[in-house]
Amino acid sequence: MPTSTPERDIDLESPIGGIPLVHQTLPRWAPHATLATAVLAGLALVGAGIGIGLAAVLVVLLYGVAIYSWSRPIEGARKAKDRVVTTAVMATFLLALLPLVSVIVTVISRGAARFDIEFFTHSMQGVVGAGGGAYHAIIGTLIITGLAALISVPIGMLTAIYLVEYGRGKLARAITFFVDVMTGIPSIVAGLFAFALFALFFGPGVRLGIMGAIALSVLMIPVVVRSTEEMLKLVPNELREAAYALAVPKWRMIIKVVLPTALAGIATGVTLAIARIIGETAPLLITLGITTGTNFNPFDGRMATLPVFSYYEYVNPGIPPEPSLERAWTAALVLIIIVMVLNLAARLISRLFAPKTRS
Amino acid sequence: MAKRIEVKDLDIYYDKFLAVQGVSMTIEPRSVTALIGPSGCGKSTFLRSLNRMHELVPHARVEGTVVMDDQDLYGPNVDPVGVRRQIGMVFQRPNPFPTMSIYDNVAAGLRLNNARISKSDLDALVERSLRAANLWSEVKDRLNKPGSGLSGGQQQRLCIARAIAVQPDVLLMDEPCSALDPISTQAIEDLINELKTEYTIVIVTHNMQQAARVSDTTGFFNLQGVGQPGQLVEIDDTTKIFSTPSNQATEDYISGRFG
Ligand SMILES: Nc1ncnc2c1ncn2[C@@H]1O[C@H](COP(=O)(O)OP(=O)(O)O)[C@@H](O)[C@H]1O
Ligand SMILES: [Mg+2]
Repeated sequence: MPTSTPERDIDLESPIGGIPLVHQTLPRWAPHATLATAVLAGLALVGAGIGIGLAAVLVVLLYGVAIYSWSRPIEGARKAKDRVVTTAVMATFLLALLPLVSVIVTVISRGAARFDIEFFTHSMQGVVGAGGGAYHAIIGTLIITGLAALISVPIGMLTAIYLVEYGRGKLARAITFFVDVMTGIPSIVAGLFAFALFALFFGPGVRLGIMGAIALSVLMIPVVVRSTEEMLKLVPNELREAAYALAVPKWRMIIKVVLPTALAGIATGVTLAIARIIGETAPLLITLGITTGTNFNPFDGRMATLPVFSYYEYVNPGIPPEPSLERAWTAALVLIIIVMVLNLAARLISRLFAPKTRS
Repeated sequence: MAKRIEVKDLDIYYDKFLAVQGVSMTIEPRSVTALIGPSGCGKSTFLRSLNRMHELVPHARVEGTVVMDDQDLYGPNVDPVGVRRQIGMVFQRPNPFPTMSIYDNVAAGLRLNNARISKSDLDALVERSLRAANLWSEVKDRLNKPGSGLSGGQQQRLCIARAIAVQPDVLLMDEPCSALDPISTQAIEDLINELKTEYTIVIVTHNMQQAARVSDTTGFFNLQGVGQPGQLVEIDDTTKIFSTPSNQATEDYISGRFG
């Protein structure tokens, strides 16, 4: 637009008549250069005999001080503080990441040795020393976890539906309270519960796959209730009203409108709940024990599972111990991979089922 | 089809709070009745009590009678779901079902009620409803696309199509244009004019010009004071309400002196 006002001399950098809009900034490469210098200094310190941990702390401090004193006179106080806080956030993030990366690296490096075909195709039946595999434990983990999900998902979802759509007053509050309590139950207690329950019927010392599934359900149900509840609460009330106004009965409204709308979130929650319980060891130790052979029947006798397998291979190694220890690490690696796949599946599911707005 | 509704001495409560008091009015078939009044005077509450949506709020209840063609809607043994089958509703914010396509949204009233209907009949019904809602030409090439991908005005017309697809006798609209732009508002007002040949329409609106444009009868709700129940101050022919209202408060409101 052609201006009708006479041209004015606007000095963007002068604070007169307002806050200046243009600031001087450090060059793009400033943080990288500072960091590189700090790291070099750190490496020199390590060379001089200082521990790596201490050196890392010094590098972070050095970087913070350096970037602040460089930025302060040029960019001003606010930008300088911003850079320091960014440094602090990044440093704590890396600190939090450290144990995770360390676990993954350790498990991969030690578990890789037996990550072979035999490990996935053979059980430990008749194996002494080297060789053998965790086929029986993988099957066991899949069966037990599947059963636990089969028990927990309907119970948990129906409970959540009750709490969100129907629950009022004392009963709902009591259920919410008990779900909260269940969330905090130590997993060993869940195992003891299943053990005691079955001991009532079959006498002490009984070990069945279904016992493990029930113990895991005790842990899984509250997680499913909570996540489903949150997802149902996110469904806008307007959709329920729209369904009511179309003369849809309540139960059908829930099945056809509320659940489909919340499906993505619920499925994600269930998948994450499975990932959460698949690595449980203590309750399975009590309820399933361990075997060397493959057992497909959760209603008859002991079953092996990956966490328990890993545990026993580690605490009761043969002589020499190396083959057992290697199997233990590989079992742990397989478990981690399963959990990762489940987490990826959860993301995929939420993307697949999410209500679409376009295309 | 279109039915007459007679409301008598209706008191509407939220638990112990009396929100609307002593409403009596007759809603004529094949006409548009507009309800106007300041915010919070109970227009939505009254509207929702006509198709028994009010009682969905916990502890909400009504006293009095709402008679539709000799049948008291609040009589014993009356099924609220049956009432809603005959009295449809369109809401302030367009609320198409996000998991459903445009087609499925229109068919929702039948599908969700498991009505037995052949595919070709359903196709015809969906087309007829969309045509009636003046939306057919805009969406006929993308019936299987999600309903939430439409513009606000289109979504609202989709909701109207969805409401009339179940062939109700009465259509309630709670500020159906307040979330829409002027062009979409125009489209919906035209639509209301067409629909009134077949339906009994009750529309709540904040916009007095809109009430004057679309309605045959206008009712004015007001509050006596803060915390007091809302009351129906006056109901009459729209032309009369907007030219020579018999109540001072009505005149003040429509001349913009308050509210
Ligand atoms: N769900 C509810 N629970 C309790 N009070 C409500 C509820 N909805 C509305 N009210 C109250 O009822 C009165 C009328 O509200 P409403 O019918 O929404 O007015 P309007 O639609 O005319 O703006 C207001 O005082 C409001 O606070
Ligand atoms: Mg309202």
